Amino acid sequence: MTRLFYDLRVRAILYQVLAVAFVASVAWYLAANVSQKLAEQNIVTGFGFLSREAGFVISPSFIDYKPTDSFARALLTGILNTIFVSALAVVFATILGLIVGVARLSGNPLLRALAFVYVEALRNVPLLLYLFLWYGLIVNLLPPVREAIELMPHVFVSNSGVTIPAMNWTPSHTKVLLALMAGVVLAMTVRRRMVAQRVSTGVERRMWPWVLLALLGPALVALLLFRPEITIEYPEKGRFRLAGGAHLKPEFTALLLGLTLSASAGIAETVRSGILSVGRGQWDATKSLGLDRGMALRLVVLPQALRVIIPPLTSAYLSLFKNSSLATAIGYPDLVLVTNTTMNQTGQAVEGIAIMMLVYLSISITISLFMNWYNARVALKER
Amino acid sequence: MSQTELMATAPPPRPGFFQRSVQPLFGTPLNAVITIVCLWLFWIVAKAAWGWAVTRAVAEGGGAICRAGSGICLPFLAAKARFMIFGVYPYDEHWRPALAMLVFFVAIGVSMIPRFWGRWLLAVWAFALVAGMVLIAGGAFGLRPIPTTQWSGLPLSFILTAVGLALGFPLGVVLALARASKLPAIRVIAVFFIEVIRGVPLISILFMATVMLPLFMPTGVTVDKLLRAQVAIIIFAGAYIAEAVRGGLQAIPRGQYEAAASLGLHYWQAMRLIVLPPALKIVIPPLVNISIGFFQDTTLVTIIGLLDFLSTVRTAMLDPEWVGAAVLEGYLFAATIYLVFSYGMGAYSRYLERRLRTGFD
Repeated sequence: MTRLFYDLRVRAILYQVLAVAFVASVAWYLAANVSQKLAEQNIVTGFGFLSREAGFVISPSFIDYKPTDSFARALLTGILNTIFVSALAVVFATILGLIVGVARLSGNPLLRALAFVYVEALRNVPLLLYLFLWYGLIVNLLPPVREAIELMPHVFVSNSGVTIPAMNWTPSHTKVLLALMAGVVLAMTVRRRMVAQRVSTGVERRMWPWVLLALLGPALVALLLFRPEITIEYPEKGRFRLAGGAHLKPEFTALLLGLTLSASAGIAETVRSGILSVGRGQWDATKSLGLDRGMALRLVVLPQALRVIIPPLTSAYLSLFKNSSLATAIGYPDLVLVTNTTMNQTGQAVEGIAIMMLVYLSISITISLFMNWYNARVALKER
Repeated sequence: MSQTELMATAPPPRPGFFQRSVQPLFGTPLNAVITIVCLWLFWIVAKAAWGWAVTRAVAEGGGAICRAGSGICLPFLAAKARFMIFGVYPYDEHWRPALAMLVFFVAIGVSMIPRFWGRWLLAVWAFALVAGMVLIAGGAFGLRPIPTTQWSGLPLSFILTAVGLALGFPLGVVLALARASKLPAIRVIAVFFIEVIRGVPLISILFMATVMLPLFMPTGVTVDKLLRAQVAIIIFAGAYIAEAVRGGLQAIPRGQYEAAASLGLHYWQAMRLIVLPPALKIVIPPLVNISIGFFQDTTLVTIIGLLDFLSTVRTAMLDPEWVGAAVLEGYLFAATIYLVFSYGMGAYSRYLERRLRTGFD
């Protein structure tokens, strides 16, 4: 009997059984308590509430949503709001982060100092504080709509947000956009094919006309086929309000600004360490080839730095996406805020939390899978 | 001439003043443009800051005068500084959280000196945490008990951070060991826990703690609101610390594990005596960065209605007397304090990274 107890394999199984039993019993205990509590409070569990009428307003919403729609549609609106603001912030933050990251290593000491201050000021102060600050500044310090400031031609800022020119969007516009996206894929395929051909045959052929044709061709065909009317609506300054154009509410503006700036600081640091990870010899080699700094960066250093940059960039994107949940604090109707309202109205706390966590988890996993796939593509292939 | 003589006669030319200071600024046309744009930016910001903080500063008066003026509202800071720092903690007992913070700072200061790293630091921290808690909570040594609903301001932010990290650390180490375990069932449990927590935002865990924790408890047991937030932060910290520690575990060469096994040490002995000490040393810089992140993340408890530092600052700004008068002042005050602590810890983390690197390579 004691021999059996000291057998390593028996022990391994024993430990695992104990661990699983412990986790299962804790889960069972908690679940039992929850169901007892819910029974006491007369709350019916289940997802039936999703088809009931939501009855609250969500503004802004990027799909057609009315208060008479169901809770399911309200939650979908919240999810899309979260995704929309995160996606926009990812694009802006990447561009800004790349610029600041390169500026951190500039030969010019003033620019270097400026980039350093930018990064440290953003990284060392909580994002939530910045969100409150931007929101507070927009609402308190900007003039009312009547005296809206024209920041750029046709771009107005006031204490009720930003108003920008907008294009009237119709289904045929969507078709053209889809054709353009197809063109991007086509152009990449054509380019890869032609590069492969050049490598295998050694014959130099002019590439760019074909790539350009592949890129713009489908969109041009779609443009001629559907003939979408391009009318841009400019905001007009009326007596009391701005008419026309697209209106970005202060909550949305503050959130987009806050997320973009804070993520760009993180991305800048990532870019900087990525560039630093490329050996000095590579820089020296570019100089001896007569490349200028910009070309050296674009052709030699950044492609190599990309390998180092991608994994931390993935976590920067993931945390930006998760940080978009701070929207709740300034009242932008993201997934958390909509779920919270739903929970308050229906009392379905368990279901609400479960939906919220599942949605965040699945989007997070999707982002990491995509970035892992991309990372595997750019990673050094060691054979 | 011999080769050594040749080499000795050609010292590299030392760059002159011009090359060192003017060349980088105005060496190329692009650099000159960048320099001028930067100087112009500095000038604009400095002029605006000077005007706001000095020439247009409102030195005395109430909210109405500040709202009318366009400079810094000094009376607001003077009147509200103490409230912003200590919140709704009873006014005549403010010395208690102040002393608790002092103990906390001394503990941090001592732990920052590598020469003092050792087991007795655990005792220092245990003492600091207990002493701080006793000071703030009261109920012993003749101190008046203060309910948790009145714990607020900067001390609350520090409590949430310190307790979260102090309890999240052992949780994180256990999770990291479980994730590196050879036993599949234990590994799966750890991976599931860590990835779920890391895949969702802290807000959702805080909401879960506030909404679900009361449901999890048996009937009749109530959980304090502060405790709920604290539990959420501990769990969250545990998952992130686990990932940092895992990196340290992976950096330990296989030979160390094999050496421990050949000495006949069993699993816990091997971990405690051989693997964990160097592994934890490697992960100190990332752990410091995680601590900075958590100090900033404690602001999120504002959303579930706890009065942390950011929340007391906002409350001060919403005082009817001062509302709309000090938007920038309040947030700048808070931002400065967060900046000082976070930047200080970050600089320390970078110093450690350099020190540890030279120590090992």
